[in-house]
Amino acid sequence: MIRVTLPQHLQTLARVGAEVEVDVPGAVTQRALLDALESRYPMLRGTIRDQTTFKRRAFVRFYACEEDLSHDSPDTPLPDPVARGVEPFLIIGALAGG
Amino acid sequence: MSSVRVLVGTRKGGFVLTSDATRDRWSVSGPFFGGWEIYHMKGSPVDPNRLYASQSSGWFGQVIQRSDDGGQTWEPAGNQFAYDGVPGTHQWYDGTPHPWEFKRVWHLEPSLTDPDVIYAGVEDAALFRSTDGAKTWHELPGLREHGSGSKWAPGAGGMCLHTILIDPTNANRMYVAISSAGAFRTDDGGKSWKAITKGLHSQYIPDPTAEVGHCVHRIGMHRSRPNVLFMQKHWDVLRSDNAGDLWTEVSGNLPTDFGFVIDVHAHEPETIYVVPIKSDSEHYPPDGKLRVYRSRTGGNEWEPLSKGLPQENCYVNVLRDAMSVDSLDPCGIYFGTTGGQVYGSADGGDSWTAIVRDLPAVVSVEVQSLL
Repeated sequence: MIRVTLPQHLQTLARVGAEVEVDVPGAVTQRALLDALESRYPMLRGTIRDQTTFKRRAFVRFYACEEDLSHDSPDTPLPDPVARGVEPFLIIGALAGG
Repeated sequence: MSSVRVLVGTRKGGFVLTSDATRDRWSVSGPFFGGWEIYHMKGSPVDPNRLYASQSSGWFGQVIQRSDDGGQTWEPAGNQFAYDGVPGTHQWYDGTPHPWEFKRVWHLEPSLTDPDVIYAGVEDAALFRSTDGAKTWHELPGLREHGSGSKWAPGAGGMCLHTILIDPTNANRMYVAISSAGAFRTDDGGKSWKAITKGLHSQYIPDPTAEVGHCVHRIGMHRSRPNVLFMQKHWDVLRSDNAGDLWTEVSGNLPTDFGFVIDVHAHEPETIYVVPIKSDSEHYPPDGKLRVYRSRTGGNEWEPLSKGLPQENCYVNVLRDAMSVDSLDPCGIYFGTTGGQVYGSADGGDSWTAIVRDLPAVVSVEVQSLL
C-alpha cells in the first residue's frame, strides 16, 4: 500500500485523516498513484489535478523523501521508499498569501 | 408555524441561520466546509430541503455540495465544468485576447419546477445546467457563442456570470448578467441569447452605449411581474418594463448610484432595495453610515433605512449576491457584509438587527421561507 498525506482541506473533503493508504497496481508513478487516490476518493477529482488535462493544479505541490517532485513527469517512477510504503507521498497546498 | 432559513456563503465557509416566523431569535450553525470559499448556497423552491452549495478554493478548485436534509448533512456532487468545444478567447484587462478558463461557480439557481435541475453561473462567464441533481454539468453554449464573447472582459472580481433569473411564467425565458459583459435573455430555453442592454450608459467603455461591456452587478425581479426588471449596474440603478428590451435610469435621489445588490419586496412589486456604496474605488457606504435605500415607487424616489444599522465608522461592502428577501408577511429583508455581519429586518426594512456579527466576509445570502 502507498501512503499519501493530504492537506487539511482535502482531508475535510474526503472525510479522512492526514494520511491515507491506496493500492497502486503496477508501476508506482505519480499518475498511477493519483488515479488510485481519485478512484478510492472520487470527491478529490479536480482538486489536485485538472479532470480533463490531468495537469497539476498550480498551487498544489508534490513532495516525497525530502524532494520536490511537483515538476516531474507524471509517468516517472516515484522514489523506491514511496513505492515500498516506507515514506509517504505528500500532497501540499503551496504556501501563498499572508 | 412557518420558519425562515438563511443560507450564508462566506470567504471561509457556509453558515445556516434559522428562526421561527417572528424572526427575533436565531440559531447559527456552521461553518460548513470551513476554510473554503462558499460563493453561493441556494435551495430548491420545489424541495426546500434540497440545497446546493458552491465551494471553491484557489488551491483546490471547485467543489459542488448537495444536501437533501436542509443542510444538516452534505455530500460532494459533480464538479466537472467543461466548456462545450474549444471556448476561444475573450478580452483580458489590457484588451488582449485571453483564453476562456474555468475558475469557479459564482451562482447556483435551482429550477422552479424540478429539484434535480439546476443552473450554474461560472467564471470565466458561461452558463451550465445539471439535470441529475448536480452529478453532471453541461454548458448551454449559445450564451458564450452569442457572437460578442470575444469582446467580453472581466470586471475587478473576474469575468463572472453572477445573476440567473428564471421567468416563472415562461419556461423558455431566462435572464443572466455578467461582469463585465452585460445582460442577456433567452426565449428558447437557453439555445440562443439576446443582449438586453439598450438604455445602459457606461462611461468606462469606449462606446458608452455599446451592446456589450457594461458591468451589470445585479438584476432583481418580482415573480408576479417577470417582465419588470431592476438593475444595479456598476454605476446607475435602472429598470426595464419590457423584459430588458429597454432600460431607464431610476437612480433619482440616491446619495450615490454605485452599489452591488438590488432586490424586490416579496409582496410589493414596486418596492425595491439597494445599498449605495460610495464609489467604484471606495467600496464602502457614504459617510461611514450603512443605509439601505428603499423605493416604493419602483425607483427614482428613495428613502434611507438606517434604524438598527451602524451610523458611524462603518466601512464594509455588501457584495452582489448578499441580499435576499423572505416571503413572510411582513416581508423580511436580509443582507450580509464584508465585515461578517448579517442584518435582518422583519418589517420590510423599517428596522434592522444584526442576526450575527462576526462571520468571515459574507459573499452571498439566500433566504428560504419554510412552511
